[in-house]
Amino acid sequence: MPRPGFVLDVDRNTPPTLFWRGDGFSLEKLPAGRSRIVYPAEALPAIKDIDTAIREALLHPVDSDPLPALLFPGMKLTIAFDDVSLPLPKMRRPDLRQRIIEAVLDLAAAAGVDDVHIIAALALHRRMTEAELRHVVGDRVYDAFAPRGLLYNHDAEDPEGMAFLGTTPHGEEVEINRRAAESDLLVYVNINLVAMDGGWKSTATGLASYRSVRHHHNVDTMRHSKSFMDQHRSELHSSNWRMGKVIRDAGVKIFQIETTLNTDTFPSPFEFLAKREWEWTARDRALYVATEKSLRFVPNRVRRNIFQGMEAPHNMTSVQAGEVEAVHRITTENVYRQQLVPVEGQTDILTIGIPYLCPYNVHSIMNPILVMCTGLGYFFNMYRGKPLVREGGVVILTHPTPWEFHPVHHPSYIDFFEQVLADTTDPKEIEAKYEKSFAEDEWYRHLYRTSYAYHGVHPFYMWYWGSHGMQHCGRVIIVGGDVKAVRRLGFTPASTLDDALELAADVVGRQPTITHLHNPPLVMADVS
Amino acid sequence: MKALQFERKPLKYVAGYLAGSIVPGRGARYGPLRLADLDPPELPGPGWHTIRPRLAGICGSDLSTIDGHASRYFEPIVSFPFVPGHEVVADTDDGARVVVEPVLGCVARGIDPVCPSCARGDLGGCERLAFGAIEPGLQTGFCCETGGGWSTFMVAHESQLHAVPDGMSDEAAVMVEPTACAVHAALRARVDEGDLVAVIGAGTLGLLTIAALRRFTPAGRIVAAAKHPEQRRLATDLGADTVCEPGELPRLVRRLTGSLAYRDQLTGGADAVVDCVGSDESITEALSIVRPRGRVTLVGMPASVRLNLTTLWHRETELAGAYAYGTETLADGTRRRTFDLAFELVQEARLERLVTASYRLAEHREAIEHAAAAGRRGAVKIVFDLRSEKERNR
Repeated sequence: MPRPGFVLDVDRNTPPTLFWRGDGFSLEKLPAGRSRIVYPAEALPAIKDIDTAIREALLHPVDSDPLPALLFPGMKLTIAFDDVSLPLPKMRRPDLRQRIIEAVLDLAAAAGVDDVHIIAALALHRRMTEAELRHVVGDRVYDAFAPRGLLYNHDAEDPEGMAFLGTTPHGEEVEINRRAAESDLLVYVNINLVAMDGGWKSTATGLASYRSVRHHHNVDTMRHSKSFMDQHRSELHSSNWRMGKVIRDAGVKIFQIETTLNTDTFPSPFEFLAKREWEWTARDRALYVATEKSLRFVPNRVRRNIFQGMEAPHNMTSVQAGEVEAVHRITTENVYRQQLVPVEGQTDILTIGIPYLCPYNVHSIMNPILVMCTGLGYFFNMYRGKPLVREGGVVILTHPTPWEFHPVHHPSYIDFFEQVLADTTDPKEIEAKYEKSFAEDEWYRHLYRTSYAYHGVHPFYMWYWGSHGMQHCGRVIIVGGDVKAVRRLGFTPASTLDDALELAADVVGRQPTITHLHNPPLVMADVS
Repeated sequence: MKALQFERKPLKYVAGYLAGSIVPGRGARYGPLRLADLDPPELPGPGWHTIRPRLAGICGSDLSTIDGHASRYFEPIVSFPFVPGHEVVADTDDGARVVVEPVLGCVARGIDPVCPSCARGDLGGCERLAFGAIEPGLQTGFCCETGGGWSTFMVAHESQLHAVPDGMSDEAAVMVEPTACAVHAALRARVDEGDLVAVIGAGTLGLLTIAALRRFTPAGRIVAAAKHPEQRRLATDLGADTVCEPGELPRLVRRLTGSLAYRDQLTGGADAVVDCVGSDESITEALSIVRPRGRVTLVGMPASVRLNLTTLWHRETELAGAYAYGTETLADGTRRRTFDLAFELVQEARLERLVTASYRLAEHREAIEHAAAAGRRGAVKIVFDLRSEKERNR
């Protein structure tokens, strides 16, 4: 029986705690008597026979007819799937999406369906490469569909390829992929890594255009999503659900398939990264020292390749299919079952180690904007109830934060960092002054459509993602970051954790309480 | 008199070149520049006056000469040994303060009739710089007969002298000559109403050019690349709308113009680019960010550079130099002397604040090294202060 997540009060006997620092890590001693560490739960038991579970879900869906009953000869079937941003790290082959897509295709073939398109639902993310598509859907599906143009990336900037479906009562325009909208059935294949994923967001965001996405990817929505991992208090969630109603009312029939994963995140020999430090064996300690020391002498590119090449032994804990909202209720429960840890009260200082990876730098570089987004966007929002850190408190992140960008994947990020953040870091001002010009920039549009670039507006969304955290905190400190880059972000640089705690004293006093979110594997705090 | 003299000594020149290549400004220690006691220059003829410099600036062209990087193009229009210093505010014998307009044109050379350029008032384009009654020298400060500002005495022709208005400080007055260069450059850039103008470099000339563009042209947005924080602050203060770091300029121009790109070459670009650096890299960048049929104006002295001019040919780019000053035609058609415009700009923009540090002649090595590292050290214009030199006040 796996042990649940828990909160450890740090005392003098507590061993140093693991902090991620991008493509590396360190062990840090937290002050005894006023520090605590939120540890994730151990991995929940995985479903042994995945293919059977998938087939079972397709044949016995929730609030829907079985999939075979929805398939008929001559129909237009579209299968959309989550893109390269999920799961993290990428999954060992065969990817769950491959297994599900193959199962759906088997049923479609049996029903005589021959008009099938498969679409990577990447919204405004970068296009997936052939290698990435093969990894996700498998060679058999790729070779059968891609050469005939039937497996492709969603293109949110293709004017012919988008269909306007209507407007929500709040004035939100809903525009999604035309092929998906005009199909007799849209099957959506999801991997749910965090509670925010899935549900109507899969379609209303994953297959949408800028015209549509801008209605919820904005500063107001983010600031009114407390947090966006908590559906009942997330304006992001509400907006997507309103859009989902428009999609449903427009007659788009969706068969949603969602899966959840346990916290088996690190492959051998890196399993020790998921262990509690006092349970490290001599071998774990030796591995830590060897890894940490050797990484110091490895060039950045090599170090990045080592980590980005890591394939996680993710295991599926549930699969459910059927009506979008009903399915997603079950999914969310399963995500919470794995990730939620009860935490009593808020803290003055929240410390977070930022790892090498976030949804937007797969096979890429964790640039400073993504460091901010991972810390203040994702990890800060891993709460239900109240933020882990009190209002006006301090967040301390550890990451090298290099002034470095992937020129192919993140061209608009470079300009955002150089031109926008040099002017202001205020999300509202940035939104008003710069968003439109980036979103409509012909060059970014060209690179998004024909190369492998994130949409021109994407760095804005990363910045908005952190706007709730920025507004909530009194100070953000980055330990070990490039000083110039950290200052450009509007944060305070510190060389060591001790220095950071000293700097934090100006804001939270000399004896603050400290909470460390021991993450990844993913953990979500249920703060009372 | 006490003066810094630059001699024609090939071995010293090589030593200066090597030293200056390692540490900019170090040519002052090992090159042919020396502090000497010299006889004051004799008056070359009627209309010439002895003047006593009060402040004399150190210019980029001076640094280039001292570090041995100046082009051999100048050899026929320079005479040795010379006393450098062409940014000069000085006292005349009758106690008036004057700024020297240093180009040694036809009038100063006693040439009559004057050359076509001088006849038009384009003093910087004088066609007789190596001829006439005085030795070759494109400017005071590069001529063996006139002396230069880095000394306690020099001579200047009355046509070169501009009275300094009462109330104008010496620090402001010493900025008039470089400001005149910048005014001329800004007007040479031929900026139209609302044009996007990119300025590369924010040393003294870059900053002054930004101020001149804002004051005398109908430029729309001015963007500038500046390496150092103080330069960025001043560039903004003097009229640049956006200031970025040097490597960021192409991306900034691309975004502001909505241009596409082929690798490093923008498909569109800025209407005008003013290059105040003059290196291979800066000119290449200027050509890559100017729009088709746009204009690149070289203000920084380029010497020898290697360029791929395919883009210039293909996009029909105009490449223009901007040297010195003379008479300018303003947007309303009026003709004004560049120095008169410079006097106005110096006062309006309070350009005396760009004078960061002053040195005595005896401290010339430190002064030149400071000037060579001005940006990095948060400085802009370094000057020699001659006002308290004993020899001057005897």
